[in-house]
Amino acid sequence: MKVSFKVNGVAHTVDVPADMPLLWVLRDVLDLKGTKFGCGIGQCAACTVHIDGEPARSCRRRASTLEGADIVTIEGLSADGGHPVQRAWEALDVPQCGYCQAGQIMTAAALLKRNPHPSDADIDSAMSGNLCRCNTYLRIRDAIHRAAGAEATP
Amino acid sequence: MSAQASVTRRDFLRVSAIAGGGFLLATYLPALARAESLGAPGSDEGELNAFIRITPDGIVTIAAKNPEIGQGVKTMLPMIIADELDADWANVRVEQVGLDTTKYENQWAGGSMATPMNWTPLRQVGAAARAMLVAAAAATWNVDPSTCTTEAGSVHHRASGRRLGYGELAGKAAGLTPPDLKTVPLKDPAQFRIIGTPVHGVDNHAIVTGRPLFGIDVTLPGMVFAVFQKCPVFGGTVKSANLDAIRALPGVKDAFIVEPPADTDLTGLQGGVAIIGATWWAAHSARGKLKVEWNEGATAQQSSTSFAAQAAALAAQPPQRSLRRDGDPEAALGDAAKVVSAEYFYPFIAHVTLEPQNCTAHFHDGKLEIWAPTQMPARGRTIVANTLGIKEDDIDIHLTRGGGGFGRRLNNDYMVEAARIAKQVSAPVKLLWSREDDMGHDFYRPAGFHYLTGGVDAKGTLTAWKNHFVTFGDAPRYAASAGISDTEFPARFIPNFSLDVSSMPLGVPTGALRAPGSNAIAFVMQSFIDELAHAAGRDPVDFRRDLLSNVEPGAAMDASRMSGVLELVAEKSEWGKRTFPRGTAQGVAFHFSHRGYFAEVVQVTVSRAGALKVDKVWVAGDIGSEIINPLNAESQAQGAVLDGLSEALAQEITIANGRAEQLNFNRYPLLRMYQAPPVDVHFLKTKFPPTGLGEPALPPAVAALCNAIYAATGKRVRSLPLSKHDLSWG
Repeated sequence: MKVSFKVNGVAHTVDVPADMPLLWVLRDVLDLKGTKFGCGIGQCAACTVHIDGEPARSCRRRASTLEGADIVTIEGLSADGGHPVQRAWEALDVPQCGYCQAGQIMTAAALLKRNPHPSDADIDSAMSGNLCRCNTYLRIRDAIHRAAGAEATP
Repeated sequence: MSAQASVTRRDFLRVSAIAGGGFLLATYLPALARAESLGAPGSDEGELNAFIRITPDGIVTIAAKNPEIGQGVKTMLPMIIADELDADWANVRVEQVGLDTTKYENQWAGGSMATPMNWTPLRQVGAAARAMLVAAAAATWNVDPSTCTTEAGSVHHRASGRRLGYGELAGKAAGLTPPDLKTVPLKDPAQFRIIGTPVHGVDNHAIVTGRPLFGIDVTLPGMVFAVFQKCPVFGGTVKSANLDAIRALPGVKDAFIVEPPADTDLTGLQGGVAIIGATWWAAHSARGKLKVEWNEGATAQQSSTSFAAQAAALAAQPPQRSLRRDGDPEAALGDAAKVVSAEYFYPFIAHVTLEPQNCTAHFHDGKLEIWAPTQMPARGRTIVANTLGIKEDDIDIHLTRGGGGFGRRLNNDYMVEAARIAKQVSAPVKLLWSREDDMGHDFYRPAGFHYLTGGVDAKGTLTAWKNHFVTFGDAPRYAASAGISDTEFPARFIPNFSLDVSSMPLGVPTGALRAPGSNAIAFVMQSFIDELAHAAGRDPVDFRRDLLSNVEPGAAMDASRMSGVLELVAEKSEWGKRTFPRGTAQGVAFHFSHRGYFAEVVQVTVSRAGALKVDKVWVAGDIGSEIINPLNAESQAQGAVLDGLSEALAQEITIANGRAEQLNFNRYPLLRMYQAPPVDVHFLKTKFPPTGLGEPALPPAVAALCNAIYAATGKRVRSLPLSKHDLSWG
């Protein structure tokens, strides 16, 4: 089926199976490889993007539901990494393997948009859907505080 | 050493001019040492090398020769070269190179070996290049080279106030005779300017902006996509499949049966059905309609419950083999004031790299080109060559960043699958496993059973220890990573000691998982030592202190180094100095593995109802004289400790009817952020050469956690995972 939506501000019309997840539309149709595949069942959140401003797991979102959607991926979060969350991730050297980090950053950016100064508990609550197999959670937590312009608050 | 390695054993440098007037330094160096037996290859002995390229603009490009899987070598190894070169790190570019066993050898990631194998050779590489740049400057100025100094990418002649940048000197340096690597002067470590400073990962910007870096991101013109359905029972093969129906599905380009080679084992090509799609989603969706009749084979009779029953039966019989016997353990147990017996068990667990296994391959003109996230590319090339009858020289392997490794990508099963499929498909093909493929066809950390008896005398000293280890394999061979060393601690620290082994056959593939062997053995040894400390009425740190003071010749580890980190972690955690409410307590453990010494204290709070919270972890490590990149070192240690907690909390693969029962994260919970406690990392710098950090911080965490739970609740955890235990108390 044909579906039209915007990705990172650019209008696209794709002809794909109705049940094709957004993740694979992004990766294999639009060649946007920043959004990652980890589990396919919404358990790891490596595939997190923003759909109409909300964080969403693109592996669970079928193409047929995307007509008119406004989608932002890691490639479109900022021009060349300037988003405060991206800058904080670099400043604190968060990544180890780096595979989950696009999803972590997209979830964190959505958190800060609705809660500019989250507590540790707020962060844990927002971020616990995102798996990091390298267990970089401590630096992720610190980086979110840094992006919020604040030191960690217990 | 192989014959080929011995003829290239002598050191030499090669210098050649490159386009644009720069120079390229290639060096060939002998390997420092054999890899450790666990988690490292036996077949990849030989030579290391590295190279440097300097262009007239002053940019120093340093080759990253090893696979980057999140352990930080793509940053750390070039730091070593850059420091001895006296480069300005801001002008250093790091370039991942592919597998090239003409120029390079030992391009692998495993066993925490990158630092010990590369520390001195890469310092020599950097120092040799620096000497050539100095010589070029001295010749230009007609001064004695010894009157020149270097600093941040330039050579200075202080007496005359002259200065030339490395970019200006590179062309001239390329014409000089390189110095002897063995005698080239190395820096006094006090002069290091890059080593020991916090350096950010060289790929960080690409990662946070979503640039394609990983194997899964490889895209080639005309590429098609493959899924490969193997038998859920390990080692099973295809009897028949509805291939015509599959080929008729939308987006499907082909479907075919792959027969395994007659002599294959579980690490090689398995039987299965390949489905080729115009997109991965098309191929993956078609798999939902695939109907296969399998030859399941004998492994279908195996299960976790049958392993447990066999282990109990073996434990009741005399052991099959004795690995070690010191003194007279039976007599010492007879004389002991307190005797404790316990059975310990740890389960199979999976690697679950977050990037599922994948490989892109293109067979054209008789040659095979491969892009893969692999920890052991040379071994992969050999398996591909042997399986497909292609010469190794006709196989070109590009190394991509790996989205985690943890030992999983030491095996190249996914590479040989992609190669086999590509040979039949006249286009570049990307094979990508689903998470279910990945968890269902891992090389699992093997389960194990330990039957222990220990005795302490009236003074509270540990005098006797017996362990009957029941493991897997066709004796005397162990299943991969299912063995134990006869020098494993506490061997040579207890005068009356025995270690016996019995084995049962296993059809489940096993392999090295981060700190292989140690990640399980430390749980058993350090937990049982804790049991004996409590039986003796002794403080667990004090009891261990005494144990370390009784070392006898033949011990695998340096007791004084372990004592050093034990004292440091006791100090940092204020061990024994704090009072806690009931349900809160600290536990301690230490372990020596992969040349690293780690002692850790875990503090937990367990509610009356049994809810477990890890409050904090303190880590003390000794990995020698330098922490090459402290920014990454802290992160690696924290990650390893949390990995250990994650394994202990809820990870278990169970086998039923010859197949894994947990196939995705919904049934295989990993640690999540809300469960991650602060991890306070301290390094003790000692006079020993620097060693690796990917693994050795992990093993003590599991036992320290379980020992803390005992101290908090009185409940001794003798089997993992913790999610199977009722920890309620009071």
